[in-house]
Amino acid sequence: MRPLTVIPIAIFAVIAAVFGVYLWQVGPGGKDISQLPSAMIDKPAPQFDLPGIAGAPGEIDTLGLKAADLKGKVSLVNVWASWCPPCRIEHPILMTLAKEGVTIYGINYKDKPADARRFLAELGNPFKRIGVDNRGRAAIDWGVYGYPETFIVDASGRIRYRHVGPINPGQVDSIIRPLLKKAAQASGGRK
Amino acid sequence: MRILLLIAALLASPAALAVQPDEILRDPALEARARAISKELRCLVCQNQSIDDSDATLARDLRIVVRDRLKAGDSDAQTVAFVVDRYGDFVLLRPPFKASTVILWIGPALILIAGMVGVFLWHRRRRGAVAAPVAPLTADERARVDALLAEKPER
Repeated sequence: MRPLTVIPIAIFAVIAAVFGVYLWQVGPGGKDISQLPSAMIDKPAPQFDLPGIAGAPGEIDTLGLKAADLKGKVSLVNVWASWCPPCRIEHPILMTLAKEGVTIYGINYKDKPADARRFLAELGNPFKRIGVDNRGRAAIDWGVYGYPETFIVDASGRIRYRHVGPINPGQVDSIIRPLLKKAAQASGGRK
Repeated sequence: MRILLLIAALLASPAALAVQPDEILRDPALEARARAISKELRCLVCQNQSIDDSDATLARDLRIVVRDRLKAGDSDAQTVAFVVDRYGDFVLLRPPFKASTVILWIGPALILIAGMVGVFLWHRRRRGAVAAPVAPLTADERARVDALLAEKPER
C-alpha cells in the first residue's frame, strides 16, 4: 500500500487507541475522573489551629486540632460535615478504622456545633481530635473542594494521599490500609 | 406595559453577578484587580466556571481569599500563586506553558500543520497524475469513438 493510504488509517488507529484507553479507564478500569490531583501531596500539612466542638456538660466536647497535632504518628485527616450525606455513608468505615487503632482527626467543615454533636452521638465518634472550620479557610489551605475528603498524613506531618469523596469499603482494603502501612514503615516503624 | 417593565428590570439588574455585595472591596482599584484575578481562577465545584461566575460556596470563599490577599498587600501574581499552591495548576483556567502542558498548547498547531502538509501532498500527487502523458488512441479506438459520436440520440 502507498504511504498516503496508510498514513490516515494509522493516524485514525492511534487516535482510536488513545480514546479507547481513556474510555476503558473510566469504565471497566474504575478510574474516577472527578478526582483532581492534589497540589498538596508530599507537602507538609498546612498551618492551622482550630477550636474543638464546644459542648455543655454531658455533651460531646472535643479537643481542637492544630497542625502540630499531626506530627509524630501516621494519621487520617477527614474533612466532614453533618449536612453532607456522603459523610454519613462513609462514617461507619471511619468507625471501623478507629477501632483498629488508626488515629483519625476530623475537620468539621461549616457545621453547626449542635448538628455536629448530634451526628457524632448518633453514629459514633471516630475522631481523636476535631477542629471546627467555620469559615472554611482551613479547608482551602488543605486544597479541599468536595466533601468528605480524607488525607493520609505521615509521622513527619507530610500529606501522602488525598481521597475525594467517601471512602468505600473496597477502597479501605485496596488503598487506605496499604498506604497507612507504607507511611508507618517509612516513618521508621513508628505507628 | 407590565411585561415591558419586567424586561427593563431584568436587563438593568445585576442579578447575574455571582459576587455578593458584602464581598466587594471599598477600594475600586483593588476590587477591579480582584475581579480580574477571579475570572482566571476555576471554581473546583463547577469546573467550567470561574470563581467570579460561580455561586458555589467554595467559589465565594475563594473570592474572599483573593480579596484578603490583595488587602494584605500581595501582588496579583502572589495572589494567584497562593491559590495554585493549594489547588494546583488545574485551578488556572488558562494553564501555564510547561513540560507537562506542552502537548496541550502546541498539539492543535501540530495537528493543523500535519493536516496542511497532508492536503498539500495529496494535491501535488493529483496534479502530477493529471499531467501524466496519455497514450494516443489507436486506429481501432478512434473508429469506435467516431461511431459513437455519429450515433443519433434516441428519443
